[in-house]
Amino acid sequence: MSARLRLAFFSALLVPLVAFPILGLKLVTVGINLEIQGAAPLTWWIIAACTLGMFVWQLLRRRLAAGWASSPNLPRIPAGTGNFLTRPKTQRWGILALALVALVWPFFASRGAVDLATLIMIYVMLGLGLNIVVGLAGLLDLGYVGFYAVGAYTYAMLGEYYGLGFWTCLPIAGAMAALFGFLLGFPVLRLRGDYLAIVTLGFGEIIRILLRNLTEFTGGPNGISGIEKPTLFGLTFDRRAPEGMQTFHEFFGLAYNASNKVIFLYLIALGLVLLTLFTINRLLRMPIGRAWEALREDEIACRALGLNPTLIKLSAFTLGATFAGFAGCLFAARQGLVSPNSFEFIESAIILAIVVLGGMGSQLGVILAAIVMILLPELTREFSEYRMLIFGSLMVLMMIWRPQGLLPMQRPHLELKR
Amino acid sequence: MSEIYHFFQQLINGLTVGSTYALIAIGYTMVYGIIGMINFAHGDVYMVGSYVAFIAIVGLSMLGLDALPILMAGALIASIVVTSAYGYSIERIAYRPLRNSNRLIPLISAIGMSIFLQNYVMLAQGSGSKAIPNPIPGEFVIGDSAMNGVIVSYIQIVIFSVTFLAMLGLTLFISRSRLGRACRACAEDLKMANLLGIDTNAIISLTFVIGAALAAVAAVLIGMQYGVITPNIGFLAGIKAFTAAVLGGIGSIPGAMLGGLLLGIAEAFGADLFGDQYKDVVAFSLLILVLLFRPSGILGRPEVEKV
Repeated sequence: MSARLRLAFFSALLVPLVAFPILGLKLVTVGINLEIQGAAPLTWWIIAACTLGMFVWQLLRRRLAAGWASSPNLPRIPAGTGNFLTRPKTQRWGILALALVALVWPFFASRGAVDLATLIMIYVMLGLGLNIVVGLAGLLDLGYVGFYAVGAYTYAMLGEYYGLGFWTCLPIAGAMAALFGFLLGFPVLRLRGDYLAIVTLGFGEIIRILLRNLTEFTGGPNGISGIEKPTLFGLTFDRRAPEGMQTFHEFFGLAYNASNKVIFLYLIALGLVLLTLFTINRLLRMPIGRAWEALREDEIACRALGLNPTLIKLSAFTLGATFAGFAGCLFAARQGLVSPNSFEFIESAIILAIVVLGGMGSQLGVILAAIVMILLPELTREFSEYRMLIFGSLMVLMMIWRPQGLLPMQRPHLELKR
Repeated sequence: MSEIYHFFQQLINGLTVGSTYALIAIGYTMVYGIIGMINFAHGDVYMVGSYVAFIAIVGLSMLGLDALPILMAGALIASIVVTSAYGYSIERIAYRPLRNSNRLIPLISAIGMSIFLQNYVMLAQGSGSKAIPNPIPGEFVIGDSAMNGVIVSYIQIVIFSVTFLAMLGLTLFISRSRLGRACRACAEDLKMANLLGIDTNAIISLTFVIGAALAAVAAVLIGMQYGVITPNIGFLAGIKAFTAAVLGGIGSIPGAMLGGLLLGIAEAFGADLFGDQYKDVVAFSLLILVLLFRPSGILGRPEVEKV
């Protein structure tokens, strides 16, 4: 009992030690000096209550656990549901249904909602791309935002200096990002998993610092603005067409509607997402896709079976980077402005959180997670303040309780019927 | 003559920064040496430490206890105690349940922890920067004049001496004490140490506490020198310190010390050569180069992968 009491005291002591200095005392700048102000009394009461709660919990943990076990079982989700939801076939239908809804929906929604949906699509693409690298090939890439930045700046700079349009730049952006992925991946992929994570992180930061400081090319911290929107076979969606071009509404004899532009961009984004999904699904069935997953499970066994790990990793890395490049190009078109601030590490972390929460390797999971992650903070302003706090803790909690993600995908398999 | 002065000036500046990197790097290297994970949240523990140090310094000055020794001791003690509690709690909450899982899982958990801590401090203390005046102003000049000589500020001397004492203390602790021997045994072979009756969970907690405490020392020193903190200083400091740890050979304590100093010097000269805005690029490039060409670092042992 005394050991338990000591543990309880110790744990209870930790709570105010951790919470009080940061939560209870606030540094406030008054004039040019700093002063300390106590937080609201409520905060102090909460800390005290938590301390007491921790003490009681640690003291009675075993007894509480026993009581919990003997209590009548709560209604559980039947095991079959989980099995049903994670089956590849179910998920494929889920994705199809989502795609249909996504296709029809914008024509009935408001302009702001469609614009937000475009952003969600961009994140879906980023999530799917990173899913190849992290979820399928098992390489933790913390510099994914670097490739996103390469894509965005490729479009912005080609448009700014050479006047190239969206459709020309889209493949170039993908190719540039792929090139960067290849160049980085080639030396780096020999490293073990956690080193790889840190190196890619450093790479992402280097790209951002370069973008910020090469002012004569990239516009420095202000970035590049006035990026053109995509056109439909040369028809612009502006109210008035520039010299030598025609507008969409004039060509089809419609009244001008500003939301056409937004819906068009959304449809492009949706098309790209579907293309991404299709490509990945095909690749997964090819030997290369199988090799990614095999490599994730056991690298040494793969090597023993004659697979070349560096080559396989490189293909996953480059492909993931390509999709980030497409997404970056789309982002530049939607925003009309790129600046280094959009490509900070926290973006990489958000994309990683999407993949982790959705379920590594599961495409439906990643799509749903991207929708939730981007939509929730927009819906509730109060939530957006706590957004990253919640994401951070969710990442920890998910790793502890459900490292496979909320909606993982089963590997395709056959069960023998008895 | 002035080139020589310039050289030594950069060297001294680099060594000062480097010694604080070394302090933070020890947290990475000790944890890695024992459980083989990168404690990504370590930089944010450092950040929490600097907030506590600022709170202690401002609080003590408000109470009228603004004599320098009291301020420094108060900041050090408060910061060390609180960050140790953080180090222990983080390990207990975010890493211990994941002890035997795939390598990437604790790393993702650590990234989540880092994001959490950063936003927690941002919400509690505000996202703006907080500044205090340098409590140890003044400097002396070696050479003819400030323009043509080497300037050494008093705070740099304090940083050197405190870092030296902390390192000395750590080295003695690891090499002489009973717990230090247990730490070394765990770094050698965790499972075997456990079989021989060492409470490995306690030792792992201890390494987190030691790492956090040294990060707190660094936080107090850097906080006093630069006098400005924001909730996101932990990210860069963490990466730099990790680079230092890798440079010296991750898992090796003398390696972390050496790596920190080398990184500080490389950064000082790199910033001199390429301009201040590329200082961080120097560190990141160094990290990538070391990992590519000598992943075991200067003093580390090459790691053999066992099936």
